[in-house]
Amino acid sequence: MDWTYFFNEVVNNRDALLHGTAITFAVSLIAILTGTVLGIVIGIAVTYGNKPLRWPARLYIDIIRGTPVLVLVLATFYVSAAVGLNFNAFQAGALALTLFCASHVGEILRGALQSLSRGQIEAGRAIGLTFDGIFRYILFPQALRYALPTWITAAVEMVKASTLLSVIGVAELLLTTQQIISNNFLNMQFYLLAGVIYFLIDFAIEQVGRFIGRRLDQPTRRTV
Amino acid sequence: MTPIVEVRDLHKRFGELEVLKGIDFTVAEGEVVSIIGASGSGKTTLLRCLNLLEEFHRGDVLIGGEAIGYHLRRGQRVRIGEREVARQRAMTGMVFQAFNLFPHMSALDNVTLGLTKVRGMPRPQAVELADHWLDRVGMLKRRDHRPSQLSGGQQQRVAIARAIAMSPKVMLFDEATSALDPERVGEVLETIRSLAQEGMTMVLVTHEMRFARDVSDKVVFMEDGRIAEQGPPQRLFLNPESPRLQAFLKTSSF
Repeated sequence: MDWTYFFNEVVNNRDALLHGTAITFAVSLIAILTGTVLGIVIGIAVTYGNKPLRWPARLYIDIIRGTPVLVLVLATFYVSAAVGLNFNAFQAGALALTLFCASHVGEILRGALQSLSRGQIEAGRAIGLTFDGIFRYILFPQALRYALPTWITAAVEMVKASTLLSVIGVAELLLTTQQIISNNFLNMQFYLLAGVIYFLIDFAIEQVGRFIGRRLDQPTRRTV
Repeated sequence: MTPIVEVRDLHKRFGELEVLKGIDFTVAEGEVVSIIGASGSGKTTLLRCLNLLEEFHRGDVLIGGEAIGYHLRRGQRVRIGEREVARQRAMTGMVFQAFNLFPHMSALDNVTLGLTKVRGMPRPQAVELADHWLDRVGMLKRRDHRPSQLSGGQQQRVAIARAIAMSPKVMLFDEATSALDPERVGEVLETIRSLAQEGMTMVLVTHEMRFARDVSDKVVFMEDGRIAEQGPPQRLFLNPESPRLQAFLKTSSF
């Protein structure tokens, strides 16, 4: 194998590679952050909402989670254009991943909240907290701890799912890699390189997750 | 003098099943009242009605003279709003069978949560008060421990501190020692006893007959959703009138 040629090609295509990595990173980050916020709202609605809130939330989770991400990506891209929303490929792709992420986070949070014992709510009520306070100080902090490992898995899934945006022409890391390969035919080398970059992104997410986990597990603050 | 707790003609249904069929009783200030009876007799439900963890369908519960849970609007019984319910619940302190401490908080923060978020107390003051009560139940040394690092008896003592720090008008104990290892029961009963001796008003649902006999001013015997007999412990335990209570006492261990 001619490694010099490969390294030369990496250097020649470094801007494209960096750009592709940045796009993958950006679209994943948008999907994970906004998807998590939206997912928390949906998770709360499906767990504690009254019927008019609970049913749409339940339906949303079931439908979106049951749809292949590729279908979701294509649907968002073409449907948004058909209804006159002027999304470019990046925006449509980010929206699709956000919707997908939200459905997973919603379900993860529901599971975590429902695993908490009923006694926690009652203990909160007994000291005179309203539901807002019970949720904020008692239920949510505990659910976060339970949900964190699954949430990290979901975040990693989002990075992997971002490769599907290549089909609607978002020049993320996979599409960029394919474009480079079509010029120099270094299939194995460049796919391997892309694999390493994806691994590093996912590894970084897991480290961030571990860090948050350690922060959450620290004893509550000491006071004098 | 107004009683601290007054229950009048209290009825409670779970669907078709009527578990409370007209309960009347009062608790005067400083009084310790034990509710005894077989499981399924409605004693825990009665206690839970006193702080609105259960709704009730007929009758009144007055805490410190204030009717809780409902008010009358044009002759109709209407359930009051969430904020009012929360305020009324804080008039009573509840200790649960399963402790129900908040596992993600230290013992100290379990006690200060209600003080800061419900009573609006500044944190330094809340900590001072929490320390006082943790000391009182013998848990000051463990204030920075999480519930998982404490034994059942220690957790229950923290739970007692959490409830009493809110300065409730009455403390409610729902089988506070039933979930404990036998060797841990004593420390919790001792804590309850010393609070009783200081004049805290209390209602206890308990299976500890000896304890009920020793600390109570009044014992209420429940049977099938009704109060079958109530009175001073000496009379109930030594000279039970109703055959039901006689039978119940025979099967209970002392």
